[in-house]
Amino acid sequence: MTSLGAGPEPATRRGRSRPAGWLRGNVPGAAGALIVAGMVALAVVGPLVWGEAAARIDAAAILQGSSSEHPLGTDNLGRDLLARVLVAARYSLLLALAATLVGASAGVVLGTLPSVLPRRAARLATGTVNALVAFPGLLLAMFTAVVTGLGARGAVLGIGVAIAPGFARLTQTLAATVAGSDYVAAARMLGVSRRRVLTRHVLPNIAEPLILNLTQAFGGALLGLAGMSFLGLGVQPPQFDWGRLLFDGFPRIYLTPEVALGPAAAIALAGIGFNLLGDALARAAARTPAVGERPPPPPATGPAGEPDPGAVLEVRDLTVSFPGGLTPVRGLSLTAAPGEIVGLVGESGSGKSLTAAAIGGLVPYPGTVAYTALRLGGRDVATLPDRELGTELAMVFQDPLAALNPALKVGGQLAEVAVVHEDAGRAEARRRAVDRLGRVHLPEPGEVAGRHPHELSGGMRQRAVIAMGLMGTPRLIIADEPTTALDVTVQRQILRLLREVADETGAATLFISHDIAVVGELCDRVVVMYAGRVVEELPAGRLAAGAAHPYTKALIASLPDLDTDRSQPLAGIPGTQPAPARVGPGCAFAPRCALATERCESERPELAAHGGDGRRVACWEVK
Amino acid sequence: MGAGVRRVVRFLVSLAVLVVASFAMVHLIPGDPVRSSLGPAAPVELVEARRAALGLDRPLPEQLLTYVTGVLSGDFGTSFLTGEPVGEVIVIRLPNTLALALLATGLALLVAVPLGMWAAVRTENGRNRGTDLTFSAATGAAVAVPEFLYAIGLVAVLAIGLGWFPPAGMAGPGTYVLPVLALAVGPAAMIARVSRVETLRELGKDYMRLARAKRLPAARLHLRHLLPNTLTATLTVGGLLLSSLIAGGVLVEYVFAWPGLGLKIVESITQKDYPVAQGVILVYGAIVLVVNLAVDLVLGALDPTSAIKET
Repeated sequence: MTSLGAGPEPATRRGRSRPAGWLRGNVPGAAGALIVAGMVALAVVGPLVWGEAAARIDAAAILQGSSSEHPLGTDNLGRDLLARVLVAARYSLLLALAATLVGASAGVVLGTLPSVLPRRAARLATGTVNALVAFPGLLLAMFTAVVTGLGARGAVLGIGVAIAPGFARLTQTLAATVAGSDYVAAARMLGVSRRRVLTRHVLPNIAEPLILNLTQAFGGALLGLAGMSFLGLGVQPPQFDWGRLLFDGFPRIYLTPEVALGPAAAIALAGIGFNLLGDALARAAARTPAVGERPPPPPATGPAGEPDPGAVLEVRDLTVSFPGGLTPVRGLSLTAAPGEIVGLVGESGSGKSLTAAAIGGLVPYPGTVAYTALRLGGRDVATLPDRELGTELAMVFQDPLAALNPALKVGGQLAEVAVVHEDAGRAEARRRAVDRLGRVHLPEPGEVAGRHPHELSGGMRQRAVIAMGLMGTPRLIIADEPTTALDVTVQRQILRLLREVADETGAATLFISHDIAVVGELCDRVVVMYAGRVVEELPAGRLAAGAAHPYTKALIASLPDLDTDRSQPLAGIPGTQPAPARVGPGCAFAPRCALATERCESERPELAAHGGDGRRVACWEVK
Repeated sequence: MGAGVRRVVRFLVSLAVLVVASFAMVHLIPGDPVRSSLGPAAPVELVEARRAALGLDRPLPEQLLTYVTGVLSGDFGTSFLTGEPVGEVIVIRLPNTLALALLATGLALLVAVPLGMWAAVRTENGRNRGTDLTFSAATGAAVAVPEFLYAIGLVAVLAIGLGWFPPAGMAGPGTYVLPVLALAVGPAAMIARVSRVETLRELGKDYMRLARAKRLPAARLHLRHLLPNTLTATLTVGGLLLSSLIAGGVLVEYVFAWPGLGLKIVESITQKDYPVAQGVILVYGAIVLVVNLAVDLVLGALDPTSAIKET
């Protein structure tokens, strides 16, 4: 199951405690529950209803195949096999229950031993469990069967022994998690004995997952016992379970396959039922809400108009929306000229990273992207072939270790751009990769190319990612918080490198950051985002003196400088940014704005030119 | 101490425990194993003679020493019933058992890894709910059906019903098809699930976003960038399944009358031929340990970062 990033809703958490809650919408789990309920009902009523028929010996009808009287045939004493299969449900389930209880009790004891024993003995217990878990259950069961002799008792013990290590491991893992929690630490500090910690704090807290796993263990025990009986090592006559019926029926499979069919179907059905239900139960604790709704239709888009000849990147009315009416980016427009570094700044959640993803064509499903224009070099991005996009658009992410493939050498990850998009030979591609690694000032680029990402430092990795963008002929570099994960001295170097790359290649750079100080230092132009919209755009040089929007001003004011009184708490902006679903009709910043009027609450200000030098601002209070 | 050395030491300790356990197995049998094997009607002299021949009248430590030196030199004792040396039985039958297990593991991996990846790519971020449900239900059901039922079903339909394959025995390539299939289905479903989960996890990572931003063709994206990163966990499961598959082979060998160790172990337990049961269980256990060690060592060599992760 993948998480969609959203935390579990309160509704789902409430639903988890009720069986109906976790079964809703879970078809396999519901099917499993149904089969299990049927099996249990059969175990209860089976012997009462068909017990007599199953035991009735009929010398005139021995070893028959299927007939209207005996749908599954008869056995060597002429007893009806369908009745025997139905009756055997009780014994099969009871044996499995016994084996599960044996295994679970032994496992829980074995698993809790490490938390009460002295250190050395605890390690021995852990080691034993780890060694036993690796052993196939059937092997352990056979070992036990040799010792105890053939029969149901031996098989139950054997399967119990086979189940125990798994339970011990589960108990250990769960107990270790609980033992690490604060309340257990607190109990220890208060001098509560280890045994008491175990019984009072640890066991009650791990009981639920253990009980959920019992269903799965029960299914395993049922199949294991069926296997043992099928091999003739389990239940012996005159007792019979499904495995034993299969043992008797199997040699007759050549002449009358239907006599093996009944018990085989019963075992398969029971196995599937308990497994599906067990699966659903075991997962109940880790469920994530499913995305049910379809995304809303993209907003109507106007005519694209003529491309802006001076811009490498031209975005007009970009909107990104998700199902449920979430629209994290709304009607965003921006442009970037060759060699220009445009800073996109805003708090986290302002939509700046999704803007970058949308421009790069990387918005994850189920998000939808709409725009009136999204042009790279004057052409609609949607019409650009991969060959051009792959070489002209470069992306740099926050965490360079995550952005590089851990399994591949750095040089290969660079070279493939040339191999795939420019049909370069391997040697040529590699030569170029080494050259680009050198251009981002990595020492000994030839050697770096032969290394895996984890062998490089954080700064070196980010340089390698930037070098990857230089493999083609980049026209646009999207750098999404490229220095946030790096330490301060390395940050400076990477910023300097980005400036150098922009100057040398003439590529436009979209630099995304939450840090307005860094943006002011590096960028030519700054675009400020708030709650999915651009609220102000101005030359970076005018940030200090020319910022007009109250939000931009607040961001700048919150920066500490040499004159800041360090004894006072840092100035922040009171309140929080509204979530995408909660933006009202007016200016999204109004609730936090000191200048807000009634008009700001009800009517949204459009981005409008303000003063000269390309400044634009969306605020009613700016005249 | 290097990670590899530590694993080998752990392996040797487990092996020693296993040898002692297999020795103890016969001594744990309540009463006299020779009497229980020969039956209540056997004359006392015969039982005594057999006990002496097996060394069961000596002190326990001496018996253990004899057993361990015997095992180390390949002497696993002789069968109560046939008088054959157990070591010989093992040497003849082991290859047949391993052939089934290896072929089934190979088949399961070949089918399941691409299947799991395909399902993951199709259902990423919750799209194609139908595929998701079908995949989960189908693999869940396939995992839940034990291998001996697949074996019986295959015999009933493909061997007896359609007559395409021989129903039992080992003679030529055709006889391998059904046992290998029966063994492979369950593990394949298991591996497909793991492969899907691993693929989904990797698909969400930044390096896949960057690889997508590079506009790589789908084949390169999935085979070169995705596959190596999902393979470690998938192969671990595959390797660990190999040992459970060796055990599952017991039941499949029984259904197909396959002349492997599995059939032998069932016969020996039913017939109370304890030296054979002891020797075969020891060999099974040793195979499991060797497989797990091999999986550990191979993974250590494959994964360039495992040297850091090893604790």
